[in-house]
Amino acid sequence: MTQATANCPNCGATITFRWSGSVQTVCDFCRSILIRTDLDLQKVGQVADLPLNSSPIQIGTDGIFGRHSFSVIGRIIYQYDQGNWNEWHFITNDGTSGWLSDAQLNYAVTFPAQGQKLPSECKVGQQYTWNNETYLVSTITKAHYCGVEGELPFQYWDKSDVVFIDLLSHSEKVATIDYSEDPPLLFLGGAVGFEDLKLKNLRSFEGWS
Amino acid sequence: MSTVGPTPAGAPHVKSLNCPGCGASLTVRSFGNAVTIICESCHSVLDAQDPKLRILQQFHAATSEDPPLIPLGTRGAIRGVLYEVIGFQRRTIQVEGISYSWHEYVLFNPTKGFRYLTEYDGHWNDVSILRALPDVSAGEATLRYLGETYRLFQTADAATAFVLGEFPWQVRVGEVVRFSDYTSPPRVISSESTGTEITWSIGEYLTGRDIWKAFKLSGEPPAPIGIYENQPSPLSASVKSVWSLTGVFLLLLLSLAVGVYWMEGDEQTFEQTFEFNTSAGGEASFVTDMFQLKGRTSDVELTTSAGVDNDWIYLNYTLINQDTGHAYDFGREVSYYHGYDSDGSWSEGHTTNSVTIPSVPPGNYYLRIEPESDPNRGLIRYVVTVKRDVPQASFFGLAALALLVPAGLITWRSLNFEHLRWAESDYGSSGDGSLLSTAGTIMDSFKSGDDE
Repeated sequence: MTQATANCPNCGATITFRWSGSVQTVCDFCRSILIRTDLDLQKVGQVADLPLNSSPIQIGTDGIFGRHSFSVIGRIIYQYDQGNWNEWHFITNDGTSGWLSDAQLNYAVTFPAQGQKLPSECKVGQQYTWNNETYLVSTITKAHYCGVEGELPFQYWDKSDVVFIDLLSHSEKVATIDYSEDPPLLFLGGAVGFEDLKLKNLRSFEGWS
Repeated sequence: MSTVGPTPAGAPHVKSLNCPGCGASLTVRSFGNAVTIICESCHSVLDAQDPKLRILQQFHAATSEDPPLIPLGTRGAIRGVLYEVIGFQRRTIQVEGISYSWHEYVLFNPTKGFRYLTEYDGHWNDVSILRALPDVSAGEATLRYLGETYRLFQTADAATAFVLGEFPWQVRVGEVVRFSDYTSPPRVISSESTGTEITWSIGEYLTGRDIWKAFKLSGEPPAPIGIYENQPSPLSASVKSVWSLTGVFLLLLLSLAVGVYWMEGDEQTFEQTFEFNTSAGGEASFVTDMFQLKGRTSDVELTTSAGVDNDWIYLNYTLINQDTGHAYDFGREVSYYHGYDSDGSWSEGHTTNSVTIPSVPPGNYYLRIEPESDPNRGLIRYVVTVKRDVPQASFFGLAALALLVPAGLITWRSLNFEHLRWAESDYGSSGDGSLLSTAGTIMDSFKSGDDE
């Protein structure tokens, strides 16, 4: 696969896209947030200092989910009143875009789901059925974007507080409704154990081998 | 913060900071995962996500008030994964005016995440967060998880009374959660509800020795007091194995009985055919030829087989020991009736009859026989057979009973264990707490155990 390249409009460094569907990326050198247009890259912002975060995952981490291998190419960090969590953006070997979330080392893999009717608001304990699986609302979190890195499938910068609804099932399947857009986005997937993902190219931790 | 990029180049390292409350040095062991950190010297609850470590709460306690049994910073392997103890809290519930406390240890691994240990009166549990929701029954008395049934043991409001170290959530002294424990020893599934959110976790019982070994602690673990809600009964495994062993022995005994019947049951010592003419009148009694009963003192089986057809014959027998003169008197009736009526065919009685005379010593014997029947019947032919050493079913019955004794005893002790366990529950054995209802509980636990 030939990778598309362009130059950072801010510092001139070469920007390489690992995925053709990427809409946004961050310059590795000057930390400019860049949006891909038909013609060129546009600088829309600058990555601010990130909160303390020690996810073992990083851009370039490879893993396996189900029958697919995937590669991490970007992330969004969200902050809420109990801390922060990571949504790592990955592409699978067949070019599908998905998310590996690391919320204080609880891991879940989800993919965008289309064409489902979503509630405009809901309460903890409420039930929904999508694709023949029943999900129960477990947490409702108000969070805000606090950092991006790498390639994303949509523009995501300078967003204010957004509501996330996390749902669990009786079978380790999970769902998230993301109200950052209208209509809201639905992501469906599964809670996974760290070992199950068979992750490679992870960060190392001082004092832990 | 001086971090330039989203992914710091270096490996995350353990940070040393100073408490803004008292200046004592603090160690952050869970890197960026710590949400709250509590100073061990001044008990300030600090915001670990804030670079300035904002003080969120201070509480009064002597550091020596509640020293963790596993010191913070100790590492140990739980199910093959290395974890470090980073946080410690005491939680308290009130039941009928008495407070009960247990301790929770927060364990951390930088990739596998968080895990918890709980300790109450020397009983330990290895706890992790559930990734799937359990199926709670309509009345909330039971729940199902991975094909196993858990029974509600207790529900209470637990308040955090003491905290030390790091937590991956906003911990506060005085915070109250409502929790419910559902047990299926050695496991327990707990729900913790803050009112807006429910967290489910699963615990598995560990002994103090398991913990001491895992964390290489010195000395002896505190001895467990009483029986804990999900403590596996040391007997429940024995109950199952003793019953299967008993089953095996009962089968062996049965095949032995069958074998003995085949081997010994056929030692026939006497057989003769007689005729009785009912219309002959006069003295019907007679004596047989002598026959020998060999071997040791044992049973003798006498079988009468008569050509009766819609009539009867009654035989007064006397088995007489020719050597000692000892006599055994008994009478047998052989009758057989059959026919047809509005309900179809019917029959009553048999043409043969057997009787066992127990404990007959060896010796030379003969029979005195006196037949009776309907005087108008005419000639009745009958065969008398004497068999020696007929094995007694009652012997095997006694042996079977003896086999059942250990199984019964172990079951009884196991029932007592379950009785003591459920005596501590708010939802005791169907209310009355009797041993019989505990028996129901233990049977239930077997059933759910078999589902695995």
